[in-house]
Amino acid sequence: MAELLVNTEKGLYCPLGDFYIDPWRPGAGDKAIITHAHSDHARYGADEYLCATSGVDVVLARLGKVRASGAAFGDEFSVGDVRVSLHPAGHVLGSAMVRIEHKGEVWVVSGDYKTERDCTGELMQPIRCHTFITESTFGLPIYRWQPRHVIGQQINAWWASNASEGVTSIVYAYALGKAQSVLSLLDASIGPVFVHGAVEKFLPIYAAAGVKLPACERADKMNVKAAMGRGIVIAPPGADNSAWARKFGQRSEAFASGWMRVRGPRRRRGVDRGFVLSDHADWPGLLETIKATGASRVGVTHGYTSVLARWLTEQGLETWTLATRFEGESGSDGNDQSGEGQLNTEPSSSHAADGGEDD
Amino acid sequence: MQRFTHMYESLDASTSTNDKVHALVAYFSSAPQPDAAWAAWILTGGRIKRAISHTDLRLALHEATNLPAWLIDESYEAVGDLSETISLLLPDDAAGEPIGLAEAMETIIAPMRTMSSERKREVLRTAWKRLPSEQRFVFHKLISGSFRVGVSRTLAVRALAQVAKIDQAEMAHRVMGTWEPTPAAYAQLFAPQHADQRGAKPYPFYLASPLEHAIESLGDVSVWQAEWKWDGIRAQVIRRYGRTTIWSRGEDMLSDRFTDLTNVLDALPDGCVLDGEILAWEPGNDRPLPFGDLQLRIGKTSQPKHNELLFVDTPVRFVAYDILELAGVDMRSRSLQTRRDELARIISNLNAAATIVLSPVIAFESWQQLSTLRESSRARGVEGIMLKRLDSQYGTGRQRGDWWKWKIDPFTIDAVLIAAQPGSGRRASVYTDYTFAVWTGDKPGTGELVTIAKAYSGLTDAEIDRVDAFIRSNTTSRHGPVRGVRPTMVFELAFEGLQDSSRHKSGVALRFPRINRIRDDKTADQADTVASVRVLMRLQADRS
Repeated sequence: MAELLVNTEKGLYCPLGDFYIDPWRPGAGDKAIITHAHSDHARYGADEYLCATSGVDVVLARLGKVRASGAAFGDEFSVGDVRVSLHPAGHVLGSAMVRIEHKGEVWVVSGDYKTERDCTGELMQPIRCHTFITESTFGLPIYRWQPRHVIGQQINAWWASNASEGVTSIVYAYALGKAQSVLSLLDASIGPVFVHGAVEKFLPIYAAAGVKLPACERADKMNVKAAMGRGIVIAPPGADNSAWARKFGQRSEAFASGWMRVRGPRRRRGVDRGFVLSDHADWPGLLETIKATGASRVGVTHGYTSVLARWLTEQGLETWTLATRFEGESGSDGNDQSGEGQLNTEPSSSHAADGGEDD
Repeated sequence: MQRFTHMYESLDASTSTNDKVHALVAYFSSAPQPDAAWAAWILTGGRIKRAISHTDLRLALHEATNLPAWLIDESYEAVGDLSETISLLLPDDAAGEPIGLAEAMETIIAPMRTMSSERKREVLRTAWKRLPSEQRFVFHKLISGSFRVGVSRTLAVRALAQVAKIDQAEMAHRVMGTWEPTPAAYAQLFAPQHADQRGAKPYPFYLASPLEHAIESLGDVSVWQAEWKWDGIRAQVIRRYGRTTIWSRGEDMLSDRFTDLTNVLDALPDGCVLDGEILAWEPGNDRPLPFGDLQLRIGKTSQPKHNELLFVDTPVRFVAYDILELAGVDMRSRSLQTRRDELARIISNLNAAATIVLSPVIAFESWQQLSTLRESSRARGVEGIMLKRLDSQYGTGRQRGDWWKWKIDPFTIDAVLIAAQPGSGRRASVYTDYTFAVWTGDKPGTGELVTIAKAYSGLTDAEIDRVDAFIRSNTTSRHGPVRGVRPTMVFELAFEGLQDSSRHKSGVALRFPRINRIRDDKTADQADTVASVRVLMRLQADRS
């Protein structure tokens, strides 16, 4: 059986097609297929980038001037000796699973994914394969999500209650993906909606892809007054505790993340509320998806790798774990995250890149 | 449980005192009496004994979910709290009659204590079927005897007083001592102020505030009384209805631990309450023994023989410094001057000079002179000086301004961080429990580093994050949750005393160690040595 993908210094590499998937250290002459634009998956430096069509502008917004092209979901094409196609992963706009086939042998790399449909409408579909490489961010049975509309009701109830007491609501959410998810769940009849500049940056791209979000304004000096006391502001986690946030006067703050399921991180975050809203699959979601692929070999990466791998092994699957440069436990790197991929670096300092656009 | 859980979550989520009192008042105004009685009892310090072991909890969870033990362990590692881990792992399948707090305490938790392990797990699995997932966390805390809530007794008392529409001090008095969490006792808390409902209950202890400004700011020396700050057990002696009871500030009844004292105190006139300090006293010498010696006298009563030996080896005395009740009359609103005169008279009438003594007043004419005297604290075996306004009433809690404690500076050493492990609860998955070491050689940086203390507190959240990052990128080894750390980061530790120890490799243990600051200006080879720490120990011992 051919090894369609191997783990190298630069990341996952397909020797038969001579391309990388989400390389963390791409270089000149390298071709990269990108599952999605979060910075632990899309890194600068390759000659050529390929991603899902709806993700091209997101990748460009992240990486700046690079050569990037898009492939429609489901379209099969050849790269070197292998056939490749991209399929919705449901994580953020344009996130894709990568399917690779060679002489009847099929491998799928999941990237990050979730099982529930979100505002992008790009619902993840498990792809049948022999070998599946899956993420495991929330790979523990303690992580189970409630449906998104329920979380939406919680956010709206909290916002309405704040507004009735003359308190501004601020929700911290990752600028790409989560922030738009939160926006899509808001009931705009409660009050005016504002976004931080780092969130605003992605809104035209979402709009161009046909995602309907409530009308909102960028929160800046000019309209602080309009937000104060009744509005809701969506900001990246890095803006937490900043001079920017303090401008909104008396405020209630919340953090939207799967990590908010557990009391310790909720309290450490120091916000008034934690909303358990994730763009990753929960434990049942991971297990369902893996089962639906029909894969007999599963590589586990990004998260609680050893836990999920051990569980799958006990269910009779062949498993292995893949190291990435973005393991929270290594402590040496991964300070440039923009998904909710890591618990340990996630609470405060890690989002400078997103939160730094203080005005 | 629903109402109680809701209150718990409000208290847990808020850092504002007003919001907390608000949540408590809302609860006590609306909860059914049997539940409210339990809540009042728990929040004012009632201790719930564990009804089920962690092992049985885990086993019951395994039986209910079929999750393998290793996966439960992994989940626990990530969460840091067993009660919460279990709530997060159980399916959301609650149905059936809701459970009230009183019902939970009386019909589930109390009977469980005497059940077989199997029966306990069966009862627990049945309870789970009736508890919605958000209520399970609090239920597990209660059942495993680990219920804590971020609200002080004072705050609970404030809320109860507000609901009962009585004085806060009166409520503080009513919830003191032992009472049963029954609707009848709860109703008593709300009864109109009675002439005499005192029984054996102590008064709320009045606490001094730490003096954080210059001593001269206290102004005219002649309005202040100075005493030594004793390092023993703060206690109230209550003589009422022909009985003597001793209460610690933590509201443990200590009477049976110190029968050698109560025997003498039985001679007090009826209707008399004294405030003072219990100290172990070196026979034939006029100074107290270290606190560690006194500790031997607490918690050893189950071995009466041993205790009698200790009576001889570690004699104790009660050093009285205030009188709160005399001839059944509450004296607390009289001036300290008046109370002190009455106290002196009562003590001299007792005629028990070796056991019950009056806390001496320190004569001084200037702050400068008092400051010099304070330097002798360590030699006298005291913690510093107490300052009380001569016209002060005996207040409640910690009303600032009238009573000050002016403690001597703690000992400090510089030690090297060599290992760390994650905290629990709020600090799970962050490295907050540190192990520190000093050098064995005769000079800093020579010999090897040996452990001297573990410390948890003293850093700000920002500093904790910084140390956490340092630990993660400087890990040299792992043993379970413990990480060995490259020994480069130096911390200044403060502590109150030293004693010999077999627990730490250095052979020395620090009392109340905490982190003063991170010494970025020092490298590991500038940290203290075992020898230099032992010098401090001699300093502590050479008290005369």
